[in-house]
Amino acid sequence: MTTEAVLIVAAALFGIGVYGALSQQSFVMLMMGLELMINGAILALVVLWARSAGGNPQGQMLGVVFMTVMAVEMTIGFTLITGVYRVRRADITEKLRRLKG
Amino acid sequence: MIAGPIVDVAFWLFAIGSVVAGYRVFRTDSMVRAAFYLLASFTGVGGILVLLGAEFLGMVLILMMAGEMLVMAIVMVMFMMNPAGLNPMVMVHQNRIAAGAGIVAFVALAGVGLVGQFPDRPAPEPAAATAQLGTELLGDSMLVFQTAGVALLSTMIGAIAIAGRRGRYGVAEDGSVEPPLQPDEERAR
Repeated sequence: MTTEAVLIVAAALFGIGVYGALSQQSFVMLMMGLELMINGAILALVVLWARSAGGNPQGQMLGVVFMTVMAVEMTIGFTLITGVYRVRRADITEKLRRLKG
Repeated sequence: MIAGPIVDVAFWLFAIGSVVAGYRVFRTDSMVRAAFYLLASFTGVGGILVLLGAEFLGMVLILMMAGEMLVMAIVMVMFMMNPAGLNPMVMVHQNRIAAGAGIVAFVALAGVGLVGQFPDRPAPEPAAATAQLGTELLGDSMLVFQTAGVALLSTMIGAIAIAGRRGRYGVAEDGSVEPPLQPDEERAR
């Protein structure tokens, strides 16, 4: 388990996430792409934490912040899905040509 | 940070499982299955985090994602068409550009990972790392921790305000109605 190997795995997760976020039509699937990107970011963060600074705990704090960002992003995403569905009955991005209600 | 051949085998199992599950998320017909593939992918990453000596983060990641994926599955069953995947389904746009962007992102980031110079000062024994994080969370970094908590609270309040049937600007089914500029206008209506 070298640093490089873990970073490549993180890059693969991020790349798959980019593909998903750009290609999926369904809102929820799009959010899954974003999640995978953050997943890769957390992995890269933690391996660099584990291999540097002798494991100073402040590095892990950044991981906690990442997870908060992930939770906030998901909450806002689900909220907007609910709101858009109520007004437009839209479940895919193609149904939203304009945002004004 | 622990080392040894068993750790290496476990790492590659987690890594390959995580990447394959991440890929399967966008290749399965059923959206509910996609949610559980994503959970599998996160579980693999959580396992690697534990191997790297960040047990707390790894376990919190798995725990949080388990809850989140269930919420995701419920949202999909509620709102999305064909959530059960009874019919084959491809719902993509600009597939080639997206795949190209994904490959470019992977190659660029992997290149950075291979070419870059990284420090090599491994973390201390896992138990110590978790204890240190606990002290850090409620010690020097308490402001960060509290800020994250307040941010989550305000997100919850905001989510309820936006998603409520009566949104900020009136009943959701009517679409949004802009608020009147003058207080008198409201009374006149």
